[in-house]
Amino acid sequence: MNARTTKLVAVAAVLALFAAPYYMAPFTITLLNYIGVYSFVALGLVLLTGIAGIVSFGQASFMGIAAYATAWSSALMGYSPWLGLVLAVVVTCTVAAIVGLATLRLQGHFLSLSTIAWGLALYYTFGNIAGLGAYNGIGSIPPVSIGAFRLADSGQIFYLIWGSLLLSFLAAHNLLDSRMGRAMRALRGGNTLVASLGINALHIRLATFVIAALLAALSGWLYAHMSRFVSPTPFDVTMSIVFLMMAMIGGSGYLLGALVGAALITLLKNWIQDILPLISPGSSGQLEIVVFSVLFIVFLQRARDGIVPYVAQWLPAPRQQKPLAAEAMPRRAQPEKGGVLMTVDAASRHFGGLVAVNNVSFDVHANEILALIGPNGAGKTTMFNLITGTLRASAGHIVFAGKDVTRASACAIARAGVARTFQHVKLRPRMSLIDNVLLGAYNRTRAGLFASALRLDRPEEYRARSEAIRQLERVGLGDRPYDLAGNLPLGNQRLLEIARALAADPVLLVLDEPAAGLRRQEKLKLTELLRTLRAEGLSILLVEHDMDFVMALVDRVVVMDFGCKLCEGAPEIVCADARVQEAYLGGVA
Amino acid sequence: MTSLLAIENVSVSYGKAEAVRDVSLAVERGQIVTVIGANGAGKTSLLTTAIGLLPCSGRILFEGHDVTTLDTESRIEMGFCLVPERRELFSRMSVEDNLRLGAHTRRDGPTAVKQSMAEVFGRFPRLKERRAQRAGTLSGGERQMLALGRALMAKPRLLMLDEPSLGLAPLITREIFHIIASLRDVGVSILLVEQNARAALETADFGYVMETGEIVHSGPSAALINDPRLIATYLGGNTSAKA
Amino acid sequence: MNSQIAAILTMDGVATGAIYVLIALGFVLIFAVTRIIFVPFGDITTFTALTLADLEAKRLPGTASMIAVLAVVATLMQVTALLRAGAANGIPRALLYYLALPLIPVAIVSATAGTLLPAPLRILFTVVLILPLGPLLNRIVFWPIADASVLLLLIVSVALHFALVGMGLFFFGPEGVRTRGLVDFSAEIAGTVVSGETLLIIGSAAFFSLLLYLFFNFTLYGKALHATAMNRTGARLMGIRPQQSGTIAFLLGSLLAAASGVLIAPVDTLFYDSGFLIGLKAFVGAIIGGLVSFPVTAIGSVFIGVFESFAAFESSPFKEVIVFSILIPVLLWRSYSFVQPEDEADE
Repeated sequence: MNARTTKLVAVAAVLALFAAPYYMAPFTITLLNYIGVYSFVALGLVLLTGIAGIVSFGQASFMGIAAYATAWSSALMGYSPWLGLVLAVVVTCTVAAIVGLATLRLQGHFLSLSTIAWGLALYYTFGNIAGLGAYNGIGSIPPVSIGAFRLADSGQIFYLIWGSLLLSFLAAHNLLDSRMGRAMRALRGGNTLVASLGINALHIRLATFVIAALLAALSGWLYAHMSRFVSPTPFDVTMSIVFLMMAMIGGSGYLLGALVGAALITLLKNWIQDILPLISPGSSGQLEIVVFSVLFIVFLQRARDGIVPYVAQWLPAPRQQKPLAAEAMPRRAQPEKGGVLMTVDAASRHFGGLVAVNNVSFDVHANEILALIGPNGAGKTTMFNLITGTLRASAGHIVFAGKDVTRASACAIARAGVARTFQHVKLRPRMSLIDNVLLGAYNRTRAGLFASALRLDRPEEYRARSEAIRQLERVGLGDRPYDLAGNLPLGNQRLLEIARALAADPVLLVLDEPAAGLRRQEKLKLTELLRTLRAEGLSILLVEHDMDFVMALVDRVVVMDFGCKLCEGAPEIVCADARVQEAYLGGVA
Repeated sequence: MTSLLAIENVSVSYGKAEAVRDVSLAVERGQIVTVIGANGAGKTSLLTTAIGLLPCSGRILFEGHDVTTLDTESRIEMGFCLVPERRELFSRMSVEDNLRLGAHTRRDGPTAVKQSMAEVFGRFPRLKERRAQRAGTLSGGERQMLALGRALMAKPRLLMLDEPSLGLAPLITREIFHIIASLRDVGVSILLVEQNARAALETADFGYVMETGEIVHSGPSAALINDPRLIATYLGGNTSAKA
Repeated sequence: MNSQIAAILTMDGVATGAIYVLIALGFVLIFAVTRIIFVPFGDITTFTALTLADLEAKRLPGTASMIAVLAVVATLMQVTALLRAGAANGIPRALLYYLALPLIPVAIVSATAGTLLPAPLRILFTVVLILPLGPLLNRIVFWPIADASVLLLLIVSVALHFALVGMGLFFFGPEGVRTRGLVDFSAEIAGTVVSGETLLIIGSAAFFSLLLYLFFNFTLYGKALHATAMNRTGARLMGIRPQQSGTIAFLLGSLLAAASGVLIAPVDTLFYDSGFLIGLKAFVGAIIGGLVSFPVTAIGSVFIGVFESFAAFESSPFKEVIVFSILIPVLLWRSYSFVQPEDEADE
């Protein structure tokens, strides 16, 4: 199915949907309304859990906050439901921001456990505030009115629900296709990479979290004015896990998965409610959740990725075309050759009793290639981590381009113009080559959440993509930019890291064992590339064990051993030094 | 005489991609056999399936017994050991505990295990210095040594090594290969997979060359090391194993 | 509040806390060997109490049918797996472990349920009946996904909890239960009267804490079990069978759950869904121990018990909110001292 057919099918589906109240039974319309309302929360979960990797067991609570906010304001206080919408969104997003700031620094399962914690805390809060009806809830919530027109019927509020849902999907789709979307995707897999690219992981997580809460808030508001009654029960942890089920069963990495999951679960729930009383009258209530849980467990055992990707594998993959060349992005001014770019002054780092780096000092001159060599355990990677801000020095100073960066975060140092690669390659294997490289260019683009959602970021995006292709071509990976990074052999993965680092337009390139795992031909090409970069004004600091590679390429060498600097100077001189031979090279120059 | 290890027509695939295609090789008692080849040639997949962590088609025979459907743990119990590419150490445990766990499958009593540990510390004095340290705090080379020591604690009859020199400095590379050569003298047969073709061929008795999943050359290592085709592709620029 | 009340609250809190200790130890044990955060632990505790109450009332406990059903399902799964792997010679063993052994207590209990047996026998039968629950659930639910990420295992755990609660209502009904006291004496400590029950609970908590601490930190077998969670591939390459380790962990876990259930049954009225709240509060204690240290877990759980005691006294309806909100700062504190390795992060 090519792009045109897909678009036609989509348009046809939307038209059929909007004509539904005219040809479907009222009960089906009510069912569709529920599916629509639940899809908002599921969509939020797709963004939060599927894309950003944050498993939340508390989304139903946000829905509850919004529902209660509008219930209080319209039923108990008598204001317009539209004011209720404003209140619901503001209160929910504020609570989300507070909870997010408190908990989003946690990682992995700790974060998910915290979502259970606040989900429960919020639930018990609803249930215990007498002013909100406690466990009896609030009834007689007025319907939404547009002007004089009251959306009291299921067929009327249908349009509000599905119209706003469609707009939300469009906005989410635009968001994922932008720099923000890439940053969100990059969150899965640990913070070190993200920080080294100059991306503030906490900000991105918070933004995603609040967006998911916002979607849940819309859901809560619509729910309140659709069913006209709220109580704590629909917003407890059980419901949260049902929402999680919807997102995962649909296919949590895909926006459409939210809709598919919501539809499936709602229909299933409906069907079970019909069948169970026939099988086991009197106990159908508790068996319903058992059936759901068992189904969910079987699903997680067998088909974790969900339905949409399973179906998608039968559709022909969309052909991705190489982006057209666009105007080049502005570049940093490189410092003048000969000056000192970076000074490491008596830097030390210890881990408890172990001194990994011991009072090491050296300079990196502008526009040179400097190699850091030494035996394993000499402290080379620790030194790199100090320079790039991944670790903080216990003593000493590091000055980069005139600024003291000893206490600076990895994020700040990356933004100042230092780009690095890692000893154990860090990429996002499920993202394409071009997306991985575009992560490097994150700080050269500006578009924020709103601009991305409204698709106002296109000109900047095209320039960035063109730049990414250019860097991929430079390292020799330009012919298949839409392949997944995880499928590359190790040598090419190292080259991809370099392309990503170059996309950041750095002043200093810090490479940790760039030639490890490369074949002879590939090492020669890499040497070529690094020489070209030096000629363009870049400065390069690298760690390597391949002495032929080092000798052919670098200007100066610094040797480390047992955390201390052993000696420094031109490669031939250093390699002939007796101490270096004894400690590292083993007697053969 | 049956080989210690015989791999017959083994193929391994990941989904649609075939990592190993119809490979056959043998390791005799008292031999060091090496499989060399570039990154992505399928060498790691070969070892992984030999130890049972991956399914394969074909047959794997250890001392004449067909172990193709046997689980990994049982193969370890038979005296068949692997030091994997990623080492798989228990980073939060001490060096000493890692070594002790290496002897998990042994049935010959605590004194014999203590004796083995003393031997391992004898071969790797650096590990002895760090015996109470957490394995995660060791440097790259020390971790390699620990992984090797841990495998030796099981008193294996056949030891498979996946890229022992990966990421190591020239000096340590030499040490490791000396140790590998000396293992042959104590009755451990070795299957060595390596990118550093020169060091591997200098240490081994017999070699196989793997490219994109298939064996393309084989022969006594003395012959391979002088083969002009190999010199051009694989032997330039590697650290030698000889001091 | 005067010191008299404070003393009573503290004693109460320590007693509740000691129950939490047993459950928290179970959480840490199972996580330390399998990386599963076993949310349904509290449900097994509750089922134990409900089973004991049924035996006391001369009724056949619903547990018997539950175990029978699970045993059959597990056996079928194991036999199918063996046939598929071409290892049919393992079938007799599978039948023994997954079918025969769990059904023996079921048979005994079914035969004797109508009579009122002496208390020690009732307790023994309860524990033996509950014991297979952990390993059976492990086989059915977690074995197929044993190498999944911690997060996925957590999601499955939560889903399993809901299934168990539903089954609890179905098999046991909605009434709350409280069993007869286990011991009769009481003692006076620091001016307050402490019941024998409380002393028994505290004693058990201390005993199990010490036992597990010694086992995991000083025996090679304990370290081998722990190694399975640290690095599954590494453990396999040492000849340690992760599946076996998991079964043992769940068996020990069942034992702890059963012990805590027997001890809490006379002290508190339990319903089919009490397990979640009890488990969650114990869980805060387990997190305080970083899901790895038994002694700190024990101390943390006692602290939670005392804290809850005082919180309930000050503002009863919001005590749940307070206790759950405490989990967040504890998680934050623990995450700083428990740096997760990068490779663990979900890709």
